[in-house]
Amino acid sequence: MIRQVIIYLKVARGKHIEGGNRMIDPITVENISVSYDGNEVVKDVSFSFGASTIIGVLGPNGAGKSTLMKAMLGLIHKDHGSVRFGKKSVDEMRKQIAYVPQRSNIDWNFPIVVKDTVLLGTYPKVGILRRPKKADKELAMECLKQVGMEEFANRQIGELSGGQQQRVFLARALAQKADYFFLDEPFVGIDVSSEEVIIGILRELKEAGKIVFVVHHDLSKVKSYFDDLILMNKELIDAGPVNKVFQSGNMSKAYNREFMLDGLEVSM
Amino acid sequence: MGFIQDLMTYGFLQKAFITSIMVGIICGVIGSFIVLRGMALMGDAISHAILPGVAISYMLGINYFYGAVLTGVLTAFGIGAISQNSRIKNDSSIGIVFSAFFALGIILITRAKSATDLTQILFGNVLSVRTSDMWLTLIIGAIVILVVALFFKELLVSSFDETMAAAYGLKTRLIHYSIMFLLTLVTVASLQTVGVILVVSLLITPASTAYLLTNKLSVMVFLAAFFGAISSIIGLYFSFLYNMPSGPVIALATTALFVLAFLFSPKQGIVVSKFRSVSKRKDVMTNN
Repeated sequence: MIRQVIIYLKVARGKHIEGGNRMIDPITVENISVSYDGNEVVKDVSFSFGASTIIGVLGPNGAGKSTLMKAMLGLIHKDHGSVRFGKKSVDEMRKQIAYVPQRSNIDWNFPIVVKDTVLLGTYPKVGILRRPKKADKELAMECLKQVGMEEFANRQIGELSGGQQQRVFLARALAQKADYFFLDEPFVGIDVSSEEVIIGILRELKEAGKIVFVVHHDLSKVKSYFDDLILMNKELIDAGPVNKVFQSGNMSKAYNREFMLDGLEVSM
Repeated sequence: MGFIQDLMTYGFLQKAFITSIMVGIICGVIGSFIVLRGMALMGDAISHAILPGVAISYMLGINYFYGAVLTGVLTAFGIGAISQNSRIKNDSSIGIVFSAFFALGIILITRAKSATDLTQILFGNVLSVRTSDMWLTLIIGAIVILVVALFFKELLVSSFDETMAAAYGLKTRLIHYSIMFLLTLVTVASLQTVGVILVVSLLITPASTAYLLTNKLSVMVFLAAFFGAISSIIGLYFSFLYNMPSGPVIALATTALFVLAFLFSPKQGIVVSKFRSVSKRKDVMTNN
């Protein structure tokens, strides 16, 4: 318990998220469809969100949440549809985008230690044919402090617990100093204190004006974690402020069964 | 001592020595990325699939380098084309393409009526390295080392987390095919030293040995290069003194180093971890 508080204090002290005066451009998604082997897994999804928000992408298993996120980032082939960051395309905005993959997609035996993993976050801005400099390494250490993981800097990443691994990857995303954050199932299989650290940092990002997308499937805490919601089951059920979207009718439509939402909401 | 004296004396042995070391180094370097990307089978495939290219080059009377590189690249694209455009899984498409190329290569070589050449190509004969072969190996070595040094950062991030690399704009498919191309070059350079069939041992085993010993990619690459070079020199030594084919000796040397690391690596070694758990148990017992 005391340990958790200490971690939390450390996190609260390390403020390295830039506020910045510039306004972050809204994301507009229009009619995205994706299919695998002829099966449509994302059908005609459209939505738009402005700066300073944490957006949950919610839906049952196989609803196409991760696929939607990858399609937005241009990582997989879209049948049709477009994504705009203000007036720019995703290819023009790549350096402003930080992506945290699902933990299951990472090779945890890779010969890399924690601090070098975070340093990867500086690569996009360091650029090709250049090496990270001292300032980049300092930035990586600061981001590591921010997630309360600096004492693990020299550990191989596979030696960490699930929550610690997720914090390291969040630190890597912070080191990218991006405007748009995409996290795929960051809360799956992690401990309570890690979850608190992560949501605390996501809120700081939001306060700094950033746009944060989180693929999520646990229905508890939806209201306390997210400002906006994209509810989908292959096609979009609803998108917008969490209070408007997170309703029994919508949820029943998405999950194909009756929903009593009162019992679900667990406060932090 | 006799070996070192002979090394000073004979020009052909010096050429073989330099070539062996370079081959060991570049196999270790490229092999590290092959191992980490889970492409060991791909390394095996490319090395076998360059055989028809070598045969056609012999028939046309041109340097085997050109034909080998051509069929190596064709194989890489062929495998990619099958696994991306059908439901066939990657390992199966590797099996389909490389066995076809290898079979074609054997028929072509026997048609070209050079049975001795075939054994040399299959199993390596480091002592037959000519000056031009040595230069070819050194040039390929320089290219491989330069590319890996310049793009180390990109190779690291795309091998570790390809999705992140793609998300920030790296051309991951270009990186994949560049590695395939370098792999083909390395395989061609290794032809005379280890031979087609056992190139994979020099690619995979020293890199795997290094993988057991470190948590840092750069260290792994250096260690793999070192183990590769040592194994090649051992191969040359036995080949020269006992008239053995160099390929199999090199393969067994890489295996011996691997077994040592497998048993005694400070972090991963099974003997060490057994010992550690025994002493831990003792600690627990004395503490109680």
